[in-house]
Amino acid sequence: MFRYIAKRLLQVVPVVIGVTLIIFLLMFILPGDPARMLVQKGASPEVLQVIREKYGLNQPWYVQYGKYMWNLLHGDFGTSIRFKRPVLDIIKDYYPNSIRLALVALIIEAVAGIASGIISAVKRHSFLDVLVTISTTILVAMPVFWFAMLLQVSFGLKWDILPISGMGDGSWRYYVLPAIALASVNTAFTARIMRSSMLEVIDCNYIWVARAKGLSERKIILKHALKNALIPVITILGLDLGTLIGSAILTETVFSWPGIGRVIYLAILQRDVPVVMGCTLILVFIFILLNLIVDVSYTYLDPRIRLGDRRAV
Amino acid sequence: MSVLLNVENLTKYFPIKRGVIFQKEIGMVRAVDGISFFINKGESFGLVGESGCGKTTGARSILRLTEPTGGVVNFKGENILTYDRRRMRKLRREMQIIFQDPFASLNPRMTVGNIVGEPFLIHGVGDDKGRKRRVEELLDLVGLNPEHAKRYPHQFSGGQRQRIGIARALTLNPKLIICDEPVSALDVSVQAQIINLLVDLQKEFGLTYLFIAHDLSVIRHFCDRVAVMYLGKIVELAGNEDLYSQPQHPYTQSLLSAVPLPDPKKEKKRKRIILKGDVPCPINPPSGCRFHARCPIAQDICSKVEPELREVKKGQWAACHFAKPNPIPVG
Repeated sequence: MFRYIAKRLLQVVPVVIGVTLIIFLLMFILPGDPARMLVQKGASPEVLQVIREKYGLNQPWYVQYGKYMWNLLHGDFGTSIRFKRPVLDIIKDYYPNSIRLALVALIIEAVAGIASGIISAVKRHSFLDVLVTISTTILVAMPVFWFAMLLQVSFGLKWDILPISGMGDGSWRYYVLPAIALASVNTAFTARIMRSSMLEVIDCNYIWVARAKGLSERKIILKHALKNALIPVITILGLDLGTLIGSAILTETVFSWPGIGRVIYLAILQRDVPVVMGCTLILVFIFILLNLIVDVSYTYLDPRIRLGDRRAV
Repeated sequence: MSVLLNVENLTKYFPIKRGVIFQKEIGMVRAVDGISFFINKGESFGLVGESGCGKTTGARSILRLTEPTGGVVNFKGENILTYDRRRMRKLRREMQIIFQDPFASLNPRMTVGNIVGEPFLIHGVGDDKGRKRRVEELLDLVGLNPEHAKRYPHQFSGGQRQRIGIARALTLNPKLIICDEPVSALDVSVQAQIINLLVDLQKEFGLTYLFIAHDLSVIRHFCDRVAVMYLGKIVELAGNEDLYSQPQHPYTQSLLSAVPLPDPKKEKKRKRIILKGDVPCPINPPSGCRFHARCPIAQDICSKVEPELREVKKGQWAACHFAKPNPIPVG
């Protein structure tokens, strides 16, 4: 087990090299000059030259890349061209907000998705099942920003019960609307997967066996069926946390949430390479870590799976 | 001998519905369409038929795992279809089921010890220590190593898993065990081991079996009396000896003629009765005798009048207008 985890962590190295290389090249290919973004329109070529030299922008890309990686090895994420601040500070400021929002959204996704999935599977073809099917379809089809605006207009403006933008003092009330908007699509997917996974399990013979043993229907569902049906859902939930952190740009924009999605988005617009690199790298780390946690958790969820140990298979 | 289980006119219809919100019934699948039989205490009763003829649905309906549409199921003289949920759950101690697929019928997330011991917990029997000892005894009884109680089902072979299934069914000392094709998923050599285990257990505990199979040779080895099902109905019911030596119903005869003979010379000489077409759809069963379209001896009356299951010989019933013994060489 420990060998397996160590092996998986070692895989981070090639992934980081690949990711940094791709981002670096993409930023390099993109039209637009980071130096020009820093100065006013019509600045003289001499000024631009000075800026380029200061940030090393006049060197070939592989020299820039090599320097960046060398610094990265020493724990230096570089300095933002735009904000003139160390990238690490920006990460420290904005990442926690995104992670908090993503965690709240994940809880909503897990609770609402799993519950409605179970209900629609157990009461298959009933009115409730049809209701879940229709509402999940609508949620998936609806653009997130529009759904977010609907939430703002109804809960914020019309009934005036919840704040519609920013983090304020960080109380839970600020989280409700953005978290619901962020969780919407994923909740629908989770519900669908939970439903089909549950239906598959419910038809298994060991459920009939449990019934024949004299177990109550509630216990059959919660004890025998749910544990087995949850396995694919856990995978989805684990990976979703990464997605919720990294792809919250629309939600963060609509709700003016001070999160990392907005930072990356603005940094791309301004060709702020160190910020884009730093923030994306952290995201990559989070993804790899979540993946690993999901894989390791399988061994506890499903005794049939033994990681990296060929003898037991 | 006293009757343990008496099934009268048991039916199970599955409605076919159309529409998403406003559902309309557009038909019925007559999976089990009025079957009647009884099983004596300590007896092995066989139920044979092609797949899809309603054997499994019948078994599940008897246990009320699926609620039957109509009929009477008398267990120890009481109609259990009138029992409420609580009484039914109590009764489950006395009737158990072993399923066909030993891979799907054990919860992959539970250890063998928990699978076998769970009925104790459900019915509140014994304390932790007693339960553990009893589980080990049961595993030993079905020929497994008691130390394997901590293992998971996937670590066992098919035959071993079926032994676990049997141990599980035996947990609460049931009177009746329904075996739903318990050996069809196993290799022939393992089949024999499991059958012998079931026979031994019957001798030791005086168990009563309802044994469902599509393999006539397995049934012959195992059962005292046999019922043959076709499309949701019993077409012939007889003692083991009579059924195999003097089959009355043309369907039984054709089934027996399909059993391969071990002697290749005899196998070459004998004539097989090959039925035309497939089993008709149970949504719209044929009029009159359900078998008439495929029957080699059908006449006009067969498509009009449904034959009753009548006693053609003492202890041998057949649902055919022209029932007559037609010995088919077997084994």
